[in-house]
Amino acid sequence: MLVNWIKDVDAALAEAKTQNKSLLIDFSAAPA
Amino acid sequence: MPLEAHIKEHPAWFKRFGALWTPTILVMDSEGVERSRIEGYLPKNWFRARLEMGLARVAFMHKKWTDAEKIYADVAEGYADTAVAPEAIYWRGVSHYKVTNDHTVLGEVAIELGAKYPDNDWTMKSLPWAH
Repeated sequence: MLVNWIKDVDAALAEAKTQNKSLLIDFSAAPA
Repeated sequence: MPLEAHIKEHPAWFKRFGALWTPTILVMDSEGVERSRIEGYLPKNWFRARLEMGLARVAFMHKKWTDAEKIYADVAEGYADTAVAPEAIYWRGVSHYKVTNDHTVLGEVAIELGAKYPDNDWTMKSLPWAH
């Protein structure tokens, strides 16, 4: 399944609030 | 909504959210409050169960008891072979109690946990309900 990752944390937090949705943050060190 | 934070690209975000190890997964509610944290790798089905537990926790903390109960019930049933299941049963019972104010459900949960997961921490936590 293709995940449409958001790349900006403040934009993601604002979007989550606007859309009243939960936010998942994946902190990773894995090679791209 | 998924956000990716790579340590080489956004080390400040690691500090901001207290992520000291990878992988770390946070489930935040819509207000930006952390409701669940997963640290380290997990088997796929266990990981999915943990994510769903995070969503259940969001519902629970927003006092959406019925929504929380349903998610916990789904985890308890769908991931019965993972270590997440007894925790889901515990919180399913608490969520149901919050809806109904019927304390007898907690005793039933204690019996269920004792039968299915006799040596589990969540079973121990439910013991006071068994009387």
